[in-house]
Amino acid sequence: MSESYLANHVKELQPSGIRKFFDLASQMENVISLGVGEPDFVTPWNVIEASYHSLEQGYTAYTANAGLIELREEIGKYLRETFSISYNPEDQILVTVGASQAIDLALRAIVNAGDEVIVVEPCFVSYSPTISLAGGVSVSVSATADNEFKVTPEQIEAAITPRTKAIVLCSPNNPTGSVLSKEELYEIAQVVQKHDLIVLSDEIYAELAYDEAVSSIASVDGMEERTIVISGFSKSFAMTGWRLGYAVGPVAIMQAMTKIHQYTMMCAPTMAQHGALEALRHGNESVREMKTSYRQRRNFVVKALNEMGLSCHLPGGAFYVFPSIKETGYSSEEFAQRLLEEERVAVVPGQVFGESGEGYIRCSYATSIKQLDEAMKRMNRFVKRNSETNEPTV
Amino acid sequence: MEQKEIELLKLLEKNGRMDNDTISKMLDVSSAEVDEMIKKLEKEHAILGYSTLVDWSNVYEYEGVAALIDVKVTPVRGVGFDKIASRIYRFPEVKAVYLMSGAYDLSVSVEGKTMMEVSRFVSDKLSTLDTVLSTTTHFILKKYKHDGIIFDEGDDDDKRIMVTP
Repeated sequence: MSESYLANHVKELQPSGIRKFFDLASQMENVISLGVGEPDFVTPWNVIEASYHSLEQGYTAYTANAGLIELREEIGKYLRETFSISYNPEDQILVTVGASQAIDLALRAIVNAGDEVIVVEPCFVSYSPTISLAGGVSVSVSATADNEFKVTPEQIEAAITPRTKAIVLCSPNNPTGSVLSKEELYEIAQVVQKHDLIVLSDEIYAELAYDEAVSSIASVDGMEERTIVISGFSKSFAMTGWRLGYAVGPVAIMQAMTKIHQYTMMCAPTMAQHGALEALRHGNESVREMKTSYRQRRNFVVKALNEMGLSCHLPGGAFYVFPSIKETGYSSEEFAQRLLEEERVAVVPGQVFGESGEGYIRCSYATSIKQLDEAMKRMNRFVKRNSETNEPTV
Repeated sequence: MEQKEIELLKLLEKNGRMDNDTISKMLDVSSAEVDEMIKKLEKEHAILGYSTLVDWSNVYEYEGVAALIDVKVTPVRGVGFDKIASRIYRFPEVKAVYLMSGAYDLSVSVEGKTMMEVSRFVSDKLSTLDTVLSTTTHFILKKYKHDGIIFDEGDDDDKRIMVTP
């Protein structure tokens, strides 16, 4: 069948740059992958067991569109206790199929054709395509290394036009691991309020912060009414395959999102919701243990990368580091490709997350310390070899 | 005890062979500091030794059996259970001894080459001790998990796809 049958706006979507590396890496043997954007832990056993139990009990039917009310209540309680933000489980909390669906619903609920949505690059690869699919125009702002890849209020303000409707923020960030502080969020909130924008705050990594607790921008005065907080269970509870996330926000927006969800998805998987309920009720200890382990591995990788000459700031959260590879004289893509071919280590070239990611690579440290140690040895060998032969011309 | 010492103990408890350089990077301290911490913890008897968990069932032609024995004893005035425990734990075939709450007093883990050897230990050595009232021997048929490690599970069993956003 000819491509002419496809919708124009879908034809125009670019395939993700990550795909190419996946294809390359999966054809090779003995590859250590630092390219995986998910935890290396298996879901805590009590969560799996609770889901089993729900199936044994025969909970195999649909739930309410917005999700099990007990789960929404637990989410509300968790957000209140952790971030001091409060939402009514009846009409302000929506359980979704992963945070990805929540992002899609939020954008579809608020974007009119031609509306502009600001994204801060480098960022998760799905934001811009999802904005386009919702009929909007994605406008990039580049966070830079000199500010540890954190966007400034001035940068945001400079990108605002009369058509700007919303901004997507992600902290702790994929791919850079950077965390916006309470003060930085406050400053951004001032710009957002001045220009009457909506914030889509992707807080999927909020539990994984190692130096100080993460704040939600929704907790800044006047922001609860204009913020859609998006989160889920994938990263904090190692539940990526369960596909379970949620969104909370102002009633009108949540009702609109629920309406789309009702027509397009019905509800999130029931067995996953029962697992998530157990995760929120009794999962704290597991999260604490995983967090300690991620922090130790972060410290290890940042030290090792800096020692081999790939300069890298100490990111406050998520499980990614985003070192500079400029010293080697290669582009991100060349670096990643050669590293894969010569030393069998898979990393993701930074520019797939946006132009300002050029000159950087994303390394996920969500892999065993044994594998990380070996990966760092291989990378060190690669960098030593390539810096000698590939001295940047002055 | 300092937080870093606890983290160090947990790392070594999981992997006694983890090298100082790796540990120092993970805990964000110098290699020399790791050395010092380990020496201190050894001195304080927080660290008693470094052993290797072996799955002997995977060792070709190795024969061995293990048993858990519930032992009821008469405690002795002045020394309680300690004296009889020490009489028992000094036998080299005894791998572990615990004082238990509940239906019996001491739980004794014993290893030997054959069932006969373990039985002989129980009948000749253990039950004949002065204060031992009774013993119940349970032979271990299969080890599934020991000290937090699941036996039939490799650590390189990554079920994730290679590269994801």
